[in-house]
Amino acid sequence: MTEIFGVPTQALFGQLLIGLINGSFYALLSLGLAVIFGLLNIINFTHGAQYMMGAFVAYLLANKAGLGYWWSLALVPLIVGATGVVIERLMLSKLYKLDHLYGLLLTFGLALIIQGLFRNEYGTSGLPYPMPAELSGGTNLGFMFLPNYRAWVIVASAIVCLGSWFVIEKTKLGSYLRAATENPALVQAFGINVPRMITLTYGFGVALAAFAGVMAAPIYQVSPQMGADLIIVVFAVVVIGGMGSILGSILTGFGLGIIEGLTKVFYPEASNTVIFIIMAIVLMFRPAGLFGAQK
Amino acid sequence: MKLKQTVIAAAIAAIAGTAGTASAQVSDGVIKIGVMNDMSSLYSDIAGPGSVIAARMAIEDFGAARKGMKVEVLLADHQNKPDVGSQIANQWYDVDKVDAIFDVPTSSVALAVNEITKKKGKAFLVSGAATSDLTGKACSPNTIHWTYDTWMLANGTGSAIVKTGGDSWFFLTADYAFGHALERDTEAVVLKGGGKVLGKVRHPLNAQDFSSFLLQAQASKAKIVGLANAGGDTTNAIKQAAEFGIVKGGQSLAGMLVFLSDIHGLGLDMAQGLIFTETFYWDLNDQTRAWTKRFVAQSKGKYPTMVQAGVYSAVTHYLKAVEAAKTDDGTKVIAQMKAMPTDDPLFGKGTIRKDGRKLHPAYLVEVKKPSESKGPYDYYKVRATIPANEAFRPEKDGGCNL
Repeated sequence: MTEIFGVPTQALFGQLLIGLINGSFYALLSLGLAVIFGLLNIINFTHGAQYMMGAFVAYLLANKAGLGYWWSLALVPLIVGATGVVIERLMLSKLYKLDHLYGLLLTFGLALIIQGLFRNEYGTSGLPYPMPAELSGGTNLGFMFLPNYRAWVIVASAIVCLGSWFVIEKTKLGSYLRAATENPALVQAFGINVPRMITLTYGFGVALAAFAGVMAAPIYQVSPQMGADLIIVVFAVVVIGGMGSILGSILTGFGLGIIEGLTKVFYPEASNTVIFIIMAIVLMFRPAGLFGAQK
Repeated sequence: MKLKQTVIAAAIAAIAGTAGTASAQVSDGVIKIGVMNDMSSLYSDIAGPGSVIAARMAIEDFGAARKGMKVEVLLADHQNKPDVGSQIANQWYDVDKVDAIFDVPTSSVALAVNEITKKKGKAFLVSGAATSDLTGKACSPNTIHWTYDTWMLANGTGSAIVKTGGDSWFFLTADYAFGHALERDTEAVVLKGGGKVLGKVRHPLNAQDFSSFLLQAQASKAKIVGLANAGGDTTNAIKQAAEFGIVKGGQSLAGMLVFLSDIHGLGLDMAQGLIFTETFYWDLNDQTRAWTKRFVAQSKGKYPTMVQAGVYSAVTHYLKAVEAAKTDDGTKVIAQMKAMPTDDPLFGKGTIRKDGRKLHPAYLVEVKKPSESKGPYDYYKVRATIPANEAFRPEKDGGCNL
């Protein structure tokens, strides 16, 4: 069997695919962050907590209302997105004229509060969420055993990511959104309700996080700190991709997932730092990120 | 860069407050015990606030107030970071006049606190941490390792599995002091039993995604995938192993360190059939059941883990020793604790060895099928009891020079 640096090529294919799957989560989450930062100029540190809420609401729907995975996939983004709308209306909307730092502090504080509340109620060991019966089992690809659910994760997240990119970059609605970030007063003068659009945009970004949370529930334990651990990595992804760049965050999310996957084979001890090393290197040479506009 | 709330080192609840005059040899007239553990992250269900409840119950049951002893409990979150833990320990000993520190899961933090305690001549009663180095090369006249250790886990679980034909292993190891110790001790047991280790992979603490590591384990074709990790890492690995068809493919999982709270988090569907070693289970006898009932009333329905039970047992014996030695000087109290036999409702009668190892029986347990479980937390069948003198590493093999 051919080997690359002592690792059989077959194993390498498996790891590339795994990297792509983890990249799907990074892409979904960093996309939401990028949308929110791009249009609201808010660094949404609550994103990890909202991802966690997505998983928890799915758990609660299953255990209190008897609604399964597919219902959750549809309902949870709406429910958690609605809480996002409330947060934006009551709190974030007061901060747009202030420095980024205020938004960051507010959202970070909110994240700690939300995580604390869930931790008090549910502890940290996590809760089980069953795999949907339709997606259990897996396929032997020859070079690896691919669980059906993981395949679904790649497909679903690619569809959602590309769909969001399409709406924002290629449709009329998206052009309003982009125009409103450039010059809200002018867009308002054309009769478009800019504040409402911004509120809904935040709700949409939060819904993306919740969607990722539902996707994650059957794979990871549903636990209060599941988002806190992930969000730092996702922020690094956004910084590498370029703050506010939609396509950049998607591509970087998938790409870094793969790089991290490879690190887990060649030098697993470094797998949780490799993304930050890349971030440091990218910032040295391209301070605005790989896909960000250099100002 | 794990942003978290700042260290809580808030003193709480002065228990047994009324009696004014404590014995003159007790410094400042008050015995201060600090419970330091993970209050907010992956190990907080194993230890966390439950350990504080256990410590308070021990003080109450000891009857400190009745005896005129004033005992205070402090708590802190070390965030699983040795630097944070060291800073809390220093502050507790120097500024807050803490006499003894209890619990401290996360072996790297426990080893750091172990050194500080020795330097300052205080007392350190470890319940949460696992590394057998605490009674080996890092042993100290100021430390007692209470509840369990990596050698005991390896010996209990590892040899049971090797005996039933699990002779080729692949390790998934948490990449810090605890994982390394557990892997080393288990490997020794496997090799001694005639088995072999086909490979190992070291994953970062709190890794979330194990798919990559599991693929490597799968490719190794080892019969047993040994999980030398704990808490959320173990539960996530078990859950994802099912997803990747590890067990269906004929490989078996060996959770080297599994706690009751992990099984609760996984659910019996996922966890059934797992075999591992514990030193305490709430449903062992009438005494443990009665104690657990009181514990659960304060813990919002969470049942105690062996770590929390160990804190109860350690605080109980510590207070007895302070009473007998009439001092709270760390070195003297630890010596007194070693001189007296232990006895409490949770671990029964036991002893403490010169190297600081507390001895009690260990239990090889198997997780029940969902159909066998009759009520909340009815999760284990006890398959074997390993007597106290066989459960832990013989003193001569540890390399402790006390």
